This record gives sequence, structure tokens and C-alpha cells, in this order.
Amino acid sequence: MPLGHGRDHRGSPWKNPEIALHPSGFRPIAAPGRLCDHRHVEVTRNKRTLFVRSSTDRVIAGVAGGIAARIGVDPTVVRLAFVVLCFAAGFGVVLYLFGWLVGSDPRDGDAEAASVRDTSLRQVVCLAMVVTGAMLLLRDAGLWFGDAPAISAGLAAFGSAILWTRADDSGRARFARLTSRLPRTPTEVVSGRSKLRLALGALLVLAGVATLVGTHTSFKSLGSVAFAVAVTVIGLGLALGPWIYQLFRQLGVERRERIRSEERAEVAAHLHDSVLQTLAMIQRASTTDEMTSLARGQERELRSWLYSPARDASGIGETVRSALEETAAQMEQLHRVPVETVVVGDAPMDDRMRALVDAAGEAIQNAGKHSGARAIAVYAEVTPGSAGVFVRDEGAGFDPANVPAERRGIAESIVARVERNGGSASIESSPAGTEVHVSMPRRPS
Amino acid sequence: MSDPAIKVFLVDDHRLFRSGVRSELDDRFEIVGEAGDVASAVAGIKESQPDVVLLDVHMPGGGGREVIRDVSTSHPAIRFLALSVSDAAEDVIAVIRAGARGYVTKSIAPAEMANAIVRVHEGDAVFSPRLAGFVLDAFAGNATEVSDDPELDQLTAREREVLRYIARGYAYKQVAKQLSISVKTVETHVSAVLRKLQLSSRHELTRWATDRRLV
Repeated sequence: MPLGHGRDHRGSPWKNPEIALHPSGFRPIAAPGRLCDHRHVEVTRNKRTLFVRSSTDRVIAGVAGGIAARIGVDPTVVRLAFVVLCFAAGFGVVLYLFGWLVGSDPRDGDAEAASVRDTSLRQVVCLAMVVTGAMLLLRDAGLWFGDAPAISAGLAAFGSAILWTRADDSGRARFARLTSRLPRTPTEVVSGRSKLRLALGALLVLAGVATLVGTHTSFKSLGSVAFAVAVTVIGLGLALGPWIYQLFRQLGVERRERIRSEERAEVAAHLHDSVLQTLAMIQRASTTDEMTSLARGQERELRSWLYSPARDASGIGETVRSALEETAAQMEQLHRVPVETVVVGDAPMDDRMRALVDAAGEAIQNAGKHSGARAIAVYAEVTPGSAGVFVRDEGAGFDPANVPAERRGIAESIVARVERNGGSASIESSPAGTEVHVSMPRRPS
Repeated sequence: MSDPAIKVFLVDDHRLFRSGVRSELDDRFEIVGEAGDVASAVAGIKESQPDVVLLDVHMPGGGGREVIRDVSTSHPAIRFLALSVSDAAEDVIAVIRAGARGYVTKSIAPAEMANAIVRVHEGDAVFSPRLAGFVLDAFAGNATEVSDDPELDQLTAREREVLRYIARGYAYKQVAKQLSISVKTVETHVSAVLRKLQLSSRHELTRWATDRRLV
């Protein structure tokens, strides 16, 4: 019995015996030949396990859930039994703590005590009789808070049990359906036999509360509206409490599931649109260059999807970084030359930044078209006062003073464009390569 | 570098990439082992005692950072060069801060990869343009927090200048020419930046990393 084990971490998912029987994912039974295996030893030991505390169905430590699974009754019934036994001078608390000690830790993934799957009325009646017997014994022994509270608690518990046990699987299914179509009132979902149960249970709960009120003369003298309200609230709480608890629990589980599946769908959709399409195109690509540029474009796209801040969500809109990276990606596709882009700092786009990015794009275009370089390096830095972009290649180079007439575009589209917007551009070129530097003051915000 | 071959250990969870590097490296290098996850990497490195470990930033079981942390305490002489394809800035900075001597992207040309390994082996720092960009970004602005060692928390004007050239795509030799200094001096500056990156308690470094993580 793992008494010495710490009792924290009970919630960790892989400890849940229903999800994973063992951290390694192997069922111990699957290794019959490995006698030295510690798992095998545990299986032998577990023959003496009374019950496993439940890690899924628990309010405090899963004792009631574990016992319920072991003897085949609804956990609610076991919980109510514990509550009723508390009225025998707190015997229920002691019993619960004892159960905590004796029950196996659910973290011993493979500690699997025998459990009765199908719950039946017989077991519930047996349990009720055992509890009643125990109560009578304890009363004789003097462990007793008094008849009135014990009897009213007993009646209320009995009523609650009738109201809120999920005796069959159809009941469970109804709960599942219910949680997916909120909000609904309990009367909408109970019908026929359930209505009878509801009435009987509520009657018993009320009887329990009434007994409590009736036997205490001091309560009678109060007689105020507030007291009536309090009694009603307690009664309603007893009647509806377990239902509300179950509802919220299952609602939370369902919401988590839904979020998870939505995320999965989104990732799948994105991968389909991007990666799978590119892979298909790569298979059809005829040259290595084409393949490389397809792969690089995809890499860039995927990286920005994975690592750049979610612009749509934050509402920042397009920034210098995203605009420049997009431009670089387009040029890379167009000219089949890798464009290595490094950006330091960032700023929202405006007309000046647009001019800067466009000029830089023009410079990249030129480098890709004319330099014959193997790669183009783009470096941008954005400070609070200004922004600058360097576009560099180690290609053939040219003499800016001696540009043929048809390439006047450089001067016009780079230099004039930035100067119109208050910026400046310089071009340095030698046979070892070309570097274009454009800079632009930021618009004061 | 006509001395005995540099012993290289490859750590990458993509077998294809490992075999690619294997075929690219010439006989100046000897591949003494390779591994695809953190646990086998740590065991393999400790056993084969390489000079340089080529380390993927992203890996199942904790990433390159875990490997460095585990190995460097017992084997301080082994040097690490980080590689990655999908570089989230904070992951790269984290690997450098754990002790890697440099960082290059996997798209690097084979000759440059060989150069980077040699340089790391000789104890120098290897900064790709992207890493230089990350560092400039991380050290942007002035250190506002009062720290124990303000020296460590700021880059000098010269270091910044060197990093900017690297970010613009200049090789060390070209940086040296531009600034009229020796290649050795460029290397000294870059090593100083690396040291600051690893030792700085700069408030911005952490804040920057957390900011970036908000995807």
C-alpha cells in the first residue's frame, strides 16, 4: 500500500488510470515473461488493494468515487452516506480519512482494483442499510449529535439520492446531451419516471428540512421571513446542488474539448493550405532553383505564422517588419535568389514607411535582376526617430554615375521616392558588390 | 588548420539533415557521432568527447539548451554551435545564454558552415546576420534598470557597429575592412558581445524574451 507516497499531483493527466494505465503506456499484463519487471511486482501486490481513489470523479480526495466504482453504486450515494455518518459525532469524517489511508493512490497507474461496472439498485439498498445500521450502533454507543439533525439529514440525503443518482447509462447520456445544449432548466429534461423521482426526492428533502425546523422550538420562535428564505435556499441547494455541480463540471470538460478541437482544425487547415500545397508544387518543380525557392518561401511563411505576434488578434495591423518580410518573400519568388531579411525594432505602417519599404523592394528587385549575386542581404532597423533599410549583394556591381538610360528606374523609384517623403538614399557599388541604404524619418505620432 | 581533424558531433532530430551535413563536411573534420534527441546526445557527447557539437535549437525532450546544460558542467572544453531552421528569437538567445558559442541558420552554405565550425573550435564566436539582429534587438535602447554590472548590460558603440555590419550581411573580413581594423579585433568585439549576452542580467533581455513569446 503506497501510504508513504505524497498526495499532491493527483490531478496530473497521465496518472489518470482511465487514460493511461502506466506512465510508459504499457499495460502491465502485457509483460508476463518479465518476472523481474517492477510492474509485475506491483500487479501481485495490488491483489490486496481494496479500492483505488478516483482521480477523475472526486470532490476531496476521490475516496467516495473510488469506493463507488468498487462496489458499483453511484458516487453521489456514497458521498451522501459519508455526509449522514458525519452526524454521528463526526464519524463520517473519520471514516473518510481512514478511506483515504487505505485506498490506493491513483498515481500508481496500474493499481487496478476490481470494480463493478453496472450499478444496481440492490447495491444501493445494501449500502443504505449498512449506513443505517452503523448509525443505530453509533447512537447506542453514544457517538451522536442528537436525533433531530441526524434524522433530518438522513431524510434529506435519501431524497437527494433519489433525485440525483444517475442509476443507468441513459441518465449519463442525458447529462451529456444536456450540457451541450445549455441553458436549460431541469424540468425540461426530466420526464415520465424522472418526474416521479423528482417529486419524491423533493418531498423527502423538504421533509428533512421540515423535521429539522419542527424539532427545534427555538427556530419556531424566529418565524421571520429571512428564516423562511434561508430554509428554502437550503432546500433548493440540497435538491439542485448536485445537478448544478455536475453541470458545471461537464460544461468545463466540454469547453476544453471544443477549444482543443477547434485549434486542431485551424492548424490542420493552415498546414493544408500552405505546407501541403508547397510540397505538391515541389514534386512538380523541374529545377533545383525552383525547388529551393519554393522551400524557402514556405519556410518563411511558416516561420512568420509560428513566431510573429498575432497581428490580426492584437489589431496592430501591418508593420514595417511584416511589410518588408512580405516584399522580400515576393522578390525571392520572382528572382529565385535567397533574400535574408533581418529586422531590428518595428513600427506600424504609414505613408512614409510604405515609401521606405517600396524603395527597399525596388533595391532588392535590382539586385535580384542585375547583380547575379547568389544571395541578397536585407537589414532594417527601426528606432523611435527613424527607420533605415540596407539592401546588399555581392554581385557584379555597377557605376551609379554611368547608368544606362533604361535603368533610370533606380534613381527614380528609389532615390526620388524616398526624397519626396523626406528621407534619403545612397547607393554604393563596386565590382565586389552593391549596397543600397534608404532611411526615412518617422512621422511623429 | 592542418592539425588533426576537428572532431564533430551532430545533434539534430532530422536524420536527413545529419546525413546532409555529414556529406558536406570535408576531411578537415571527423564526425565522431550523432544523436537525435537530448538523452542520447548527452550520453554520446560524453562518450566520444568531440571538439565541437553542432546542436539543433529545437529538439524533442528539451531542446539544445538542455544538452549544453548537461554537458558543459562536466566537459567545459566542448564547444557548441547552435543551428536552427525555425528561429524563434527567444529560443536562440536561450541557447546562446546556456553556453553556445554561435548560431547559424540551416540554410547556410556548406563552406560557411565549415568556417563556422573552425571558428567555434578556435574559441571565437560565430554570429549569423539573424543572430546579430536578435542581439541588437535585445540590447536596443539604454539599460534603464540599475544592475550589478552596467558594463555587461550595454553594448559599446563599436560593438553595436560591428553587429550592424554583420546583420547587413558582411563577413568578418569585410567588417574589418569597413572599419579599418583587423579581423582579430572584430572577433574580439563579437566575443565580448557573446560574453555580455551570456552573463548579462539585463532586465530588458528577459522582458524582451517574454514580449516575444506573446504569440
